[in-house]
Amino acid sequence: MAGELTFEQPLVELRKKIDELKQFGQEKGIDFSDEISRLEERYAQLQHEIYTNVTPAQKMHLARHHQRPTTLDLIPYVFTDFIELHGDRLFGDDMAVVGGLARFRGTPVTVIGHQRGKDTKDNIARFFGSPHPEGFRKALRLMQQAEKFGRPIITFIDTKGAYPGNTAEERGQSEAIARNLRDMAMLKVPVICVVIGEGGSGGALALGVGNRVLMLENAIYAAISPNGAASILWKDASKADQAAEAMRITASDLLEMKVIEDIVPEPRGGAHRDYEATGLAIHESLARHLDELALLDEQGLINDRYEKFRKIGQYASGRILPNS
Amino acid sequence: MFKDLFQKKRKYATLPPDRSAGSGEAETQQRPKREIPEGLMNKCSKCGTIQYSKELEKNLKVCPSCGHHMRLNAMERIAMTLDEGSFVEHDNDVVSIDPLEFPGYAGKLEEQKLKSGLNEAVVTGEGAINGQPVAVAVMSFDFFSGSMGSAVGEKITRIIEHAGEYGLPLIIFSTSGGARMQESILSLMQMAKTSAALGQFAEKGGLYLSVITDPTMGGVSASFAMLGDIIIAEPKAAFGFAGRIVIEQTIRQKLPDDFQTAEFNMQHGQLDLVVHRKEMKAMLGKLIGMHSKKEGL
Repeated sequence: MAGELTFEQPLVELRKKIDELKQFGQEKGIDFSDEISRLEERYAQLQHEIYTNVTPAQKMHLARHHQRPTTLDLIPYVFTDFIELHGDRLFGDDMAVVGGLARFRGTPVTVIGHQRGKDTKDNIARFFGSPHPEGFRKALRLMQQAEKFGRPIITFIDTKGAYPGNTAEERGQSEAIARNLRDMAMLKVPVICVVIGEGGSGGALALGVGNRVLMLENAIYAAISPNGAASILWKDASKADQAAEAMRITASDLLEMKVIEDIVPEPRGGAHRDYEATGLAIHESLARHLDELALLDEQGLINDRYEKFRKIGQYASGRILPNS
Repeated sequence: MFKDLFQKKRKYATLPPDRSAGSGEAETQQRPKREIPEGLMNKCSKCGTIQYSKELEKNLKVCPSCGHHMRLNAMERIAMTLDEGSFVEHDNDVVSIDPLEFPGYAGKLEEQKLKSGLNEAVVTGEGAINGQPVAVAVMSFDFFSGSMGSAVGEKITRIIEHAGEYGLPLIIFSTSGGARMQESILSLMQMAKTSAALGQFAEKGGLYLSVITDPTMGGVSASFAMLGDIIIAEPKAAFGFAGRIVIEQTIRQKLPDDFQTAEFNMQHGQLDLVVHRKEMKAMLGKLIGMHSKKEGL
């Protein structure tokens, strides 16, 4: 498979060696089956070693893998009957956010997600998955529509961040994000958010105020991209790998800090190896969490969501200090 | 046009540093400067006008020459906004820790405390404006660029909840560089926490006046600062989501000088009012009075 990352190179090389040996054996009519099976064993061992100890920086590269499934790639494996709906009714239709109706286990739901492009042309049309205010406003419109009809809401988070441009600022980027944070907190229906790739800053959070926040195993989520942090800290954006290690951006870090509720396992080697398996794992996790939330009434859902975010944060208190 | 390519670069005469006027160590060695006590004079960072600090204080730290609103420490802001002696501080004990063991964070926190005289980037509490009780949160840019970490988010959430519980009008003076990077995801989540608290506060019918001061960016701009029932800014205050430099890199264009100023944002419908510092207290008092439940027909 194409698109292997640097840390996967030893596997690529070993696979090449095995293939060469097989071919050589066939050509010359020599039996290397003992040698090949030894190498295959070694391959399995190496694969285990590499994929059970994926570092935060390696996860960052997996989360940004160009073949990683996007929202629209995953929807067919998680839902049925998806109908995409468009526009914020105020300014336009931001293609960096997609959303609409679908069925989950036969029940109508609203699905919304950031949408990266699949190639350069698509990426330009979708602003590389970085929404303008109209994208956030479309998302909120669809959420409030879901609330009206009592449908659960599922969001997929996958963005480097809100679009940093003058047009976005002029149309109220801050206001659009802020309003989503406040109004998502008050929704009377279950909201589950799944970080499927990169969760970057306020642009990610604007689709992220859910009763449950789940993350794919290799997804990352942070206040600032590791590249941005590196350029501030060490004046060198290329030290992103180092920053990724310091920033605690992985699913297991966030689970520990109680920012997320669950980790959704990915196929070995990452979500891009098998879209279907990734989609099914998301389906399984969503089903479990939706069943739990079904026990709560409207006010119960609001309280549950408020309590979840109310508790996040680590600080010291208890000692009165002098303020001058 | 073609000629431009061949234009000669003008060469200016350079003087060795010991003869150049006005600056350089050499001069100070030869002729000791007149003794001026530290802090007696102040230079406006916008127009360069030099004035007595005392005069500037009297003018609420607004440059008398160009009208530039200088940045204030939270305690200065409280003193000029609330009725004298009315302020009671809340949650002074809530302070940042270093949850991620982020390189250099713990040391930097100590520096910021010394620099600002505060123990967090926000001061919260209760007080009165022209006799009307209010709950306030005042951010301070001189503490860690007013960045929002767990402690800032917690203090702001607590004062919002307090205002909701006691039916007090809420005023938040914002100034911030954004989320505090050193607490990464925990900082980001404070945006959701404070905004959710404002959702509950709004549901109870509480009045929230948001005052945006220079500068208010990123995570603070994109959460509680933009959620006021009425949003006010000081003249020329810079506010927006993404920073100017980041945007210029994205669009590969120079932005106009007034980009992201209060006036620019007003023009684009993001603000209700731009209010001069001298009139701020009166305006806040008037607005609160118009929302008082005792009044009415």
